[in-house]
Amino acid sequence: MVVHNLAHCFLSKLPIHSRNLHGGRRSIRHWREISTSGPINCREPKFDKVLIANRGEIACRIISTAKKMGVKTVAVYSIVDAHAKHVKMADEKVLIGGPESSESYLNIERIIRAVRSSGSEAVHPGYGFLSENANFVEALEREGIAFVGPSSEAITRMGDKLESKRLAIEAGVNTVPGFDGIIRDSAHCVEIANEIGYPVMIKASAGGGGKGMRIARNDLEARDGFALAAQEALASFGDNRILLEKYIDNPRHIEIQVLGDKFGNAVHLFERECSIQRRHQKVIEEAPSTFLDDATRSSMGMQAVSLCKKIGYHSAGTVEFLVDQNRNFYFLEMNTRLQVEHPITECITGIDLVEQMLRIAKGNELKLKQDEIKIDGWAIESRIYAEDPYKNFGLPSTGKLYKYQEPKLAKGMRCDSGIQEGCEISIYYDAMISKLIAHAADRRSAIDKTLESLDSYVIRGLKHNIPLIRDILTERNFLRGDIHTNYLSKTYGGKFQTKPLHCSEKVNLVSITAALYAAWDCRNKTLLNGPNLKTQSEWELSIELLEESYDVKLLKTADTTTIRIGDEVFQITNGFNLVNPIIETRINGTPIIMQLLSKCPSGEFKLIYKGETRRLNVLTKRASELRRFVLVKPKIDYSKIIKSPMPGLVKSVMCGVGDFVSNGQNLCIIEAMKMQNTLSSDAEGVVKEVNVKEGDAVSDDDVLIILE
Amino acid sequence: MQAFRTKFLLKITQDSSKLTPKLTYCAVANRLKIEKQIQETKEKALLGGGQNRIDAQHKKGKLTARERIDLFADPGSFIEYDMFMEHTCTDFGMELQKFPGDSVITGHCLVNGRPIYVFSQDFTVFGGSLSSTHSKKICKIMDQAMAVGVPIVGLNDSGGARIQEGLDSLAGYADIFQRNVLASGVIPQISLIMGPCAGGAVYSPALTDFTFMVEDTSFLFVTGPDVVKSVTNEDVTQEKLGGAHTHTTVSGVAHKSFKNDIDALIQLRYFLGFLPQSNSQPIPVIACDDPCDKDVPILDTIIPLKTIEPYDMLDVILSIIDERDFFQIMPNYAKNIIVGFARMNGKTVGVVGNQPKVAAGCLDIDASIKAARFVRFCDAFNIPLITLVDVPGFLPGVHQEASGIIRHGAKLLYAYAEATVPKLTVITRKGYGGAYDVMSSKHLRGDVNYAWPTAELAVMGAKGAVSVLYRGKENADKYEAEYNNTFGNPFHAAKRGFIDDVIEPRTTRWRLCRDLDVLATKKMTNPPRKHGNMPL
Repeated sequence: MVVHNLAHCFLSKLPIHSRNLHGGRRSIRHWREISTSGPINCREPKFDKVLIANRGEIACRIISTAKKMGVKTVAVYSIVDAHAKHVKMADEKVLIGGPESSESYLNIERIIRAVRSSGSEAVHPGYGFLSENANFVEALEREGIAFVGPSSEAITRMGDKLESKRLAIEAGVNTVPGFDGIIRDSAHCVEIANEIGYPVMIKASAGGGGKGMRIARNDLEARDGFALAAQEALASFGDNRILLEKYIDNPRHIEIQVLGDKFGNAVHLFERECSIQRRHQKVIEEAPSTFLDDATRSSMGMQAVSLCKKIGYHSAGTVEFLVDQNRNFYFLEMNTRLQVEHPITECITGIDLVEQMLRIAKGNELKLKQDEIKIDGWAIESRIYAEDPYKNFGLPSTGKLYKYQEPKLAKGMRCDSGIQEGCEISIYYDAMISKLIAHAADRRSAIDKTLESLDSYVIRGLKHNIPLIRDILTERNFLRGDIHTNYLSKTYGGKFQTKPLHCSEKVNLVSITAALYAAWDCRNKTLLNGPNLKTQSEWELSIELLEESYDVKLLKTADTTTIRIGDEVFQITNGFNLVNPIIETRINGTPIIMQLLSKCPSGEFKLIYKGETRRLNVLTKRASELRRFVLVKPKIDYSKIIKSPMPGLVKSVMCGVGDFVSNGQNLCIIEAMKMQNTLSSDAEGVVKEVNVKEGDAVSDDDVLIILE
Repeated sequence: MQAFRTKFLLKITQDSSKLTPKLTYCAVANRLKIEKQIQETKEKALLGGGQNRIDAQHKKGKLTARERIDLFADPGSFIEYDMFMEHTCTDFGMELQKFPGDSVITGHCLVNGRPIYVFSQDFTVFGGSLSSTHSKKICKIMDQAMAVGVPIVGLNDSGGARIQEGLDSLAGYADIFQRNVLASGVIPQISLIMGPCAGGAVYSPALTDFTFMVEDTSFLFVTGPDVVKSVTNEDVTQEKLGGAHTHTTVSGVAHKSFKNDIDALIQLRYFLGFLPQSNSQPIPVIACDDPCDKDVPILDTIIPLKTIEPYDMLDVILSIIDERDFFQIMPNYAKNIIVGFARMNGKTVGVVGNQPKVAAGCLDIDASIKAARFVRFCDAFNIPLITLVDVPGFLPGVHQEASGIIRHGAKLLYAYAEATVPKLTVITRKGYGGAYDVMSSKHLRGDVNYAWPTAELAVMGAKGAVSVLYRGKENADKYEAEYNNTFGNPFHAAKRGFIDDVIEPRTTRWRLCRDLDVLATKKMTNPPRKHGNMPL
């Protein structure tokens, strides 16, 4: 089974520009939680009550700042969010409808009704949902309710790709060469693509977030890409207008944060590098960028501010640029909202963007002066998603968090989340679990801090992308700052795979498993109400990891477990139990952290070590001797079974029982989270079974089609 | 050891030589000969049917009877009985083929430090067939297991009756059956089928408390495929007729299956850890690291918003019990009900739960029988019962009625009503009709009956009720809403004291742990009688 995505291979190589912008270490402000550069001015006019027309982490984040400012908060929620964290945090809550976004968070009428009934003075839209919906802002304007964001006019003008590009050119901003108009049909698409020259990017005029985007490298791809992009655009935005522009190979995605007020003042808060993306959605962001020199940085900032001033932009906004390998930058689009990745800018500048947005919306003047804003240290944000990173770098996974424990936050760490233990990540909304933000004096320290936190981040009940994030954060090119928007496909090829283990990592895993087994065995033999037995203190075990077998001798005393593997001896400090998901101990004095995912009486242990889940099998020495007599069961040929890679809806089935299909032929399309995923065969054969039809809802790993 | 003995005997020889040298010499030689004989017999016994047969056994992916005991018992703890017993058959040239110990190995051992009686049939000796000697050996340890109050485990791998012995062999089976029945409810009896088990032999496992099977290598049937073919003309494979898959999913004869011999024996050891030694011994208690005084937030969100939407009761069970460690019994049979063993604060409990994910969690014939047998086992061995209720009723239908859902459903009712162990019930959602009564309700002497806020307790669902109460009337929707207002909540039951409290789901674990502590000293007996007359 193959899941097609936009992954392509690029051959060009980036120059390396990784350095610490500020030289040596110095003390930095630390963001254990959101705070402001200066004390909040209590005498300044402020809103009395703000309604947050959003959910999840961003709603929680906005509520935090509002509380600090003494502004009352109102949460809105759909019925599936009745017990959500943002609802518990807010001062008031209003139920606005069913789980479908169109029934709740996207429903302008219901939200306005909630604003009225709660007597809110203003609405903060967060990101996504109605944050860039001009109709919503107009409706609020009509009702005399303040919108914590830009004017409806600014949203409209920047939301339209063509219009925004025109304005950008007028404001003296660099833009990507492309066709200045709407593409009529596939033939037109091919014609224009030839004029601009391949590769080209086909994208929805109303688009964003990677939806309705296709890259074409030849006529055939241009023709197909147009149809698919138009279809997706219609499904996602209700608008099938399509644009075409030059596609820049291996670009970096760098964006400039801006703030403008209603008095014509505007400043920029430097850049965020958001190049690590999968399917055009960001995974890891950092500020500042390793790639920009001061001249480019300031030039990008100036252009962004100039665009703001040109359109009289007020509130927080982001001007996105593509930067090519020669540090030429091109205007991509302007996001007229608070971005997901805003915390990294807050970290390095010490400015609370939500506070500024609320101040500006109330009509206060921006007090920040451009030359007073400085970059302080380095910040990295990792987005933790409920998804399976081994499939297409992340296909949505849903489920309930039966155990959820955020890492103990060290100095400089921040974890923005909107969920708690017991919450469900449903198919209705974004699959983001949290954002883990590290702020440190330099990039390396920020990375190290993130790694440390990831290892003690306990998420149980669904698949998540920590393995991928952890791997990127230790990858050679990333560490050098050699990244671009095609980083994932270039680094990992078609798919992310579990990294081979280092020898020392293997023995660490084997040692910990042996110690766990001994602890468990001891407990099974110690009845609190039974006869007092002499407890066992020595074991001879055989432990299997990745098809390798290790003979282990183990001696357990009250506070240490001594493990002998071959000639090597390992001393493990006892003191972990069989329940705590985090195993924090020392092997030969070196601290080590792992997570216990599951244990099974048959001797199977699942441990999470450095982000990856590892399966180990423990047998006693005698059992392992006898194992050679056990018959190995025949392996099922999975290439003949097409399973659903994620929960979703069957969009179409392209084969029937008895059809002969060739290797790589498309068999069916599953739509999930508004993305269409084509499943194709990994083998050739005759279709034996088709278990689904169009419109069926399928869950993860459902068998869809079986070949003979 | 050998050297020591020889020395010792020589010393005796020297001492006694002063008296009657010749006689003494003879005696010593005889002693040495016996020593050697003992040695040889033991060595022979250890080899069972010989190396060739052992190799053949291994080739099938099966371990030998002794290797199995080796894995099952704590190292070095097995004490063997009757290694010298031989069969007594003199017909068909059998007198010329004798193996010390005959076709079964018996004795006792320790499993995680606790004594267990065990017999392991040896397929390498006459195909593990049951001779009268074989039977006597098993009966001997069964009698002893009963006398000392220790569980008995049978590792079955036998071709069937020893045909050469005729009725002696059948008598042997009956002797075992009789003891199985007398031991029932006194000591736990467990059968692990690790090879063929056919004909009369099948009824001993059937009488024991739990029958486990090894996938691909074990078979249970009254008659094999050849006989089936000749009698009913049906073509069927051994696997299909009596393999682990058939018995754990279709027939319900076996309670669980395991991948291979090793896995089966390891898990059997683990399983025994849940059980008390006998009906007069307390349930085992192990140290529990899982906090039992804390809320479990996920329980609040498991029940879906829509009452017709299914959810997985296993999620509820795993979140309530210690360490998510649940030993499910019959996981693939009658999946609309879940039964199994778990621990609460380190103490064994039996858990029964309707499974809304399968057939809406209704009670049908298979589910009733499955749960009834489990409930009776727990009651017999003083294991407290936790029942999680989400039941829309008994399954209606011609097939169910014709097959006797009334008779079989009554088994579960009987089992719960008869049980005197602590009975704790949590109604997570639906409790409708007679099925509400059956599922460990207050009316059947439930000790603690909780309802979650999502509970709905009524005679039937709104639609059905309205169609009876307001037959032919319009405005059915209005009446349904009215009905739901009355019964679609726990108040109606709570006001009458049929439930003790409406609790927040997240508090369920610590409440049940606390209740179990209080109920540990519960004393209740049923009226004296020869035995009840359960609707079999």
